Amino acid sequence: MLKKDLVKTSKRGILVDKIFKIGATVAGAYVLAIILVIILQLGWESGPVWELEGIEFIWGTDWNPVEGRESYGALPYIIGTLVTSAIAMVIAVPLSIGVAMFVLTAPKRIGEPLGYIVELIAAVPSVVFGLWGLLVFRMYFKDLIEQPLHEAFGDSIFLFSGNPFGLDILSAGIILSVMIIPTISAISRETMLAVPQQQKEAAYMLGSTTWEMFRLAVFPYSKAGLIGASIMGLGRAVGETMAVTMIIGNATGLSAIPHSLFDAGQTMPSIIANEFIEASPASVHVSALVAIGLVLFLIAMAINVVAHFLVTRMLKIREGAVNN
Amino acid sequence: MMGIVISCTVVAIVPLLWILGTLVYGGAGALSWEFFTQEPGAVGSGVPPAIGPAIQGTIIIIGLSSLIGVPIGVMSGIYLAEFGGNWFSKQIRFFTDVFMEFPSIVLGVFAFLAIVLILGHFSIWAGAFALSLITFPIVARATEEALKMVPYSVREAGTALGLRKWIVTLRIVIPAAKKAILTGILLSVSRVSGETAPLIMTILGSSQFFTGFDAPMDALPLRIWRFSLQPYDEARLSGWGAALVLVLIILAIHIAVRYWFSRKNTGKGLISRIMEKRSR
Repeated sequence: MLKKDLVKTSKRGILVDKIFKIGATVAGAYVLAIILVIILQLGWESGPVWELEGIEFIWGTDWNPVEGRESYGALPYIIGTLVTSAIAMVIAVPLSIGVAMFVLTAPKRIGEPLGYIVELIAAVPSVVFGLWGLLVFRMYFKDLIEQPLHEAFGDSIFLFSGNPFGLDILSAGIILSVMIIPTISAISRETMLAVPQQQKEAAYMLGSTTWEMFRLAVFPYSKAGLIGASIMGLGRAVGETMAVTMIIGNATGLSAIPHSLFDAGQTMPSIIANEFIEASPASVHVSALVAIGLVLFLIAMAINVVAHFLVTRMLKIREGAVNN
Repeated sequence: MMGIVISCTVVAIVPLLWILGTLVYGGAGALSWEFFTQEPGAVGSGVPPAIGPAIQGTIIIIGLSSLIGVPIGVMSGIYLAEFGGNWFSKQIRFFTDVFMEFPSIVLGVFAFLAIVLILGHFSIWAGAFALSLITFPIVARATEEALKMVPYSVREAGTALGLRKWIVTLRIVIPAAKKAILTGILLSVSRVSGETAPLIMTILGSSQFFTGFDAPMDALPLRIWRFSLQPYDEARLSGWGAALVLVLIILAIHIAVRYWFSRKNTGKGLISRIMEKRSR
């Protein structure tokens, strides 16, 4: 009787074990399934606009949702995304690496809390950045920076020729740079920590200053990781929605291609956020926005795949170095 | 060099302090009992519109999205930590990392197409589903890291007692890693509570209290966005107030998690701590 029970329970145990393993595997595979379904769904639902415009949708500049004269092109928003992300990168990458170097070299008691405060910026929601940018930051920015720049260089350098208003691609890019600093600095700190201590000590032994130590020992060693960290920041900048939507000025069509830093623009996420609800469901308008979402999704995926590849390879080297 | 590096850090921190300062300065005046409990009411009446439904909506949507996302995330983390090591699990880990960084607005569009379009109306379900897609990768990676910190000998001790793997995992390994998993869940909650973009096309926003899971609903970040679009001073005041509430909640979660997690160990080993809990 007792023996029978034991056999019975153990059989049941094996079954439960199998179910448990299958359940865990299914949950693990969920992410792959979701990615696949998202691509298929967005591809399917954006069908009408591909039918209407063909592949020209990518480099078209029209944006006319009026029925009967419908015409859509994604180029202005792709350009807007590229330009704002580029501005953000130019500002954020040097600053973030500086922050990471500070956290690494400063005394622990000062460096760690300050590094943590920088990381807290990532916790502030995008919409709060937008609110601050829209109601506070742009006023100061327009009066103190854009206006003087426009007056000094407006006639000679095309970048500053537009009429400053505060809601433009430059202010959007700057807000973006603030938002991606924590991402880049945290990951570049991680990768610079992966540099073996002997390398740093060897550089110091040769008589380097701290800066020379970074240049000789740390930067060459962690180059791939630093690039990966920057690309990860780029991925975040490309997908950032609310703050940009509230600050970029929301132009559409041909006028959304900026001619100077002080022109209003539009990014891929911001046009979706602005127009998705207003478009009538099942119209070509919605499908054009979905198509932009698909392009955005594929770009973000490509960026993040490259970034993660670089960063994980860098951190793997560390494990190898430590184990040897 | 130190000078440059220090100024980098100062430049990076200034916006945070500036934002916090403006929020407190601009938003503290809006806070009152009515602000937290009433419906927004008519615009332009001179009274700052209240955020009662937004708070209720945020709580409901966080709860619901965690209800969907956390079990998937924990199971996925168990798979990565306990059944991983092969080629397939490496791909899953990689794409979980990548998926974490995806633009959240695309997830909103996806939820719109998959749920709103098919059911024919905006609903809390669609919003919760969209946000659960943000929750689960965070929880999955946190769970994996947490489980990996549990020494292998603990699992072997369980197996030596004749316990099945699922019992070892659920009754021994998970309780030992409970704290780190909870940390991951809390961080996912703080991330989700600030998400606006995927909510625009799923729960839409509303100025009424909860009417049903099939109806549109409001949420704090969504309400802040709506306030920012209104040209009235009292709407701005409410916008600052709502933003202050949201940021305080999120920062509180983050700081609590850090404090909680960095507290010193009692010096006792893992097993003795587990035994202690058991005997209690």
